[in-house]
Amino acid sequence: MSAPLLTIADVAVELPTPRGNLRAVDHVDLSLEAGRTLGIVGESGCGKTMLSRAILQLLPKKAKLSGRVMFDGQDLVRLAPESLRRLRARDLAVVFQDPMTSLNPVLTIGTQLMETIQEHLELDAPAARKRSIELLAAVGIPAPEQRLAQYPHQCSGGMRQRIAIAIALSCEPKLLIADEPTTALDVTIQAQILDLLAREQRRRHMAMIIITHDLGVVAGRADEVAVMYAGRVVERAPTQALFKRMHMPYTEALLAAIPKLETAPHTPLPAISGRPPDPTRPLKGCSFAQRCRYAAGRCHEAKPELKSAEMPGHLYACFHPIQMAEGIGA
Amino acid sequence: MVAFVARRFLYVVPVLLAVSLLTFLIASLLPGDLAYVILGDQATPEKVAALRHDMGLDQPIWWRYLSWLGHVLQGDLGRSFRTGQTVLQAVSERIPVSLELMLMAEFIGLLIGIPLAIACAARAGGAFDRFMTGGAFAMLSMPSFLLAILLIYLFAVELRWLPATGYVPFTEEPLANLRFFVLPALTLALAEWPGIMRVLRSDMIATLQEDYIALAKAKGLKPSRILFVHALKPSSLTLVTVTGINIGRLLGGTLIVESIFALPGIGRLLVGAIYTRDLVILQGVVLLVACGFVIVNFIVDMLYAVLDPRIRHGHA
Repeated sequence: MSAPLLTIADVAVELPTPRGNLRAVDHVDLSLEAGRTLGIVGESGCGKTMLSRAILQLLPKKAKLSGRVMFDGQDLVRLAPESLRRLRARDLAVVFQDPMTSLNPVLTIGTQLMETIQEHLELDAPAARKRSIELLAAVGIPAPEQRLAQYPHQCSGGMRQRIAIAIALSCEPKLLIADEPTTALDVTIQAQILDLLAREQRRRHMAMIIITHDLGVVAGRADEVAVMYAGRVVERAPTQALFKRMHMPYTEALLAAIPKLETAPHTPLPAISGRPPDPTRPLKGCSFAQRCRYAAGRCHEAKPELKSAEMPGHLYACFHPIQMAEGIGA
Repeated sequence: MVAFVARRFLYVVPVLLAVSLLTFLIASLLPGDLAYVILGDQATPEKVAALRHDMGLDQPIWWRYLSWLGHVLQGDLGRSFRTGQTVLQAVSERIPVSLELMLMAEFIGLLIGIPLAIACAARAGGAFDRFMTGGAFAMLSMPSFLLAILLIYLFAVELRWLPATGYVPFTEEPLANLRFFVLPALTLALAEWPGIMRVLRSDMIATLQEDYIALAKAKGLKPSRILFVHALKPSSLTLVTVTGINIGRLLGGTLIVESIFALPGIGRLLVGAIYTRDLVILQGVVLLVACGFVIVNFIVDMLYAVLDPRIRHGHA
């Protein structure tokens, strides 16, 4: 295998708050090869969005970022602003969660697409316009020429997310980060948008990071999954291996919290009880111990390291891993 | 868009009617009978009664309002009983002065306020931002007569660059006319820019937190394009409102500045009318100024629609 396209090493993000420093991302290591898909999964507030912003160098001004984000041979954290700007859209693109707020309400769709293309590719206005129309058509927007003159509020949510994807794809990036790309959309649209992303990824041989709270979203689509909890990666494995044998009780709980079609009506959803720990107060033990049904003495005393399971590429951070020997259970 | 303009215009009609009624009531309810004012202390009751009858003052107030409104709608706002000038003549003589002063003052104010607001918002909380926010506050609390005197002292007395007082019409000597307007316009502008800056700065800071600004950065656009194209337009709605109010206010003339710099504008016409109890002029000028205010605000509403397509399409 060649050198990975993206290597995140020891990345930590701290946000100053009135109650003290909040550790949003707690020393995360990840890597992703060209053309592959990584799913980052975790509940709200686990740091997955902050991690994506740290990769994109779009953290809030007050946030403190440490560690290295090696992308295509360069450390994005230490890259000069102008070099970083030139690399955006061409190499590194993003689709945000909420298409209702991520498009500028006072600029036409055509402007928002063409400005990206003209900034990074040496195309004149007619060529950029032609490319915009092709992109809109590629993401499944009917009558793309008419859409160019319209404003975002004249399009539906699903349509807007398609436009956001067209903008992200406009300069053929090597890596696309999709931050909860379907959370703000109707369930019926979600699968369409995910399939669109997967199709365009294959076609353009682009690497992709899908960030989601829904293990179901990454199940058939990611090559590898990283589960985050309280700012840390607590389990990381090739997708198939993870779904076959998850070791981290938190991953199991996340999976159990997905509503299933075959469940009888009015069955209570097995939500994860309790809340994530206060990120402004570092814990001594495992951050999930408070909510974990397997937790015992040591879990409250020491922090489990992320270590290798018997399968290659499968890492987990737990003292009492489930499904170690007996195969599929629980 | 046509429907939008028509709808907005329908709101203007009742506002103008209310303005005319209020103007009429203020002038009518002022103490002192107009007939006595005209005839003086020596008037006999018979003479007063005759004049009251001639002027229609013995009619009920609603009748007087309707007949005045009828004349106004035909373009007849009345005639000063002191100078014999019609209201329209008096106003059309003075309005170019107030209009020129207003335009210059607003232009300078925006020229100072907008770039400063953008510079502050781009680095909110930084040293420059804190310095300018404090400076704006200091300027805001300085009365205009003090500013006027300081400017006269500096530019007219010490440096002798500009005339302190006086006026020639633009049509006679354009350059001299502009020179006369620099100091009064600057006096007004120095009071205008802090408001402009503060309003735009805070809107701009809020806009820069938006997702679409993060996306604009993620798209690798130049910082200047993000500030001027992506952030300025959606941040300028309050700015337009404030500018509209300022313009409306300055349309009515600026008493203190016009007096200090000896400019024959609307402000001095109004004050003169009050001193001489020239109610016809007073009533007419107030009505015209109020109409100007309403029209400026109508234009502001139109500008909203230009700036924000959601308003244009009736979504917000």
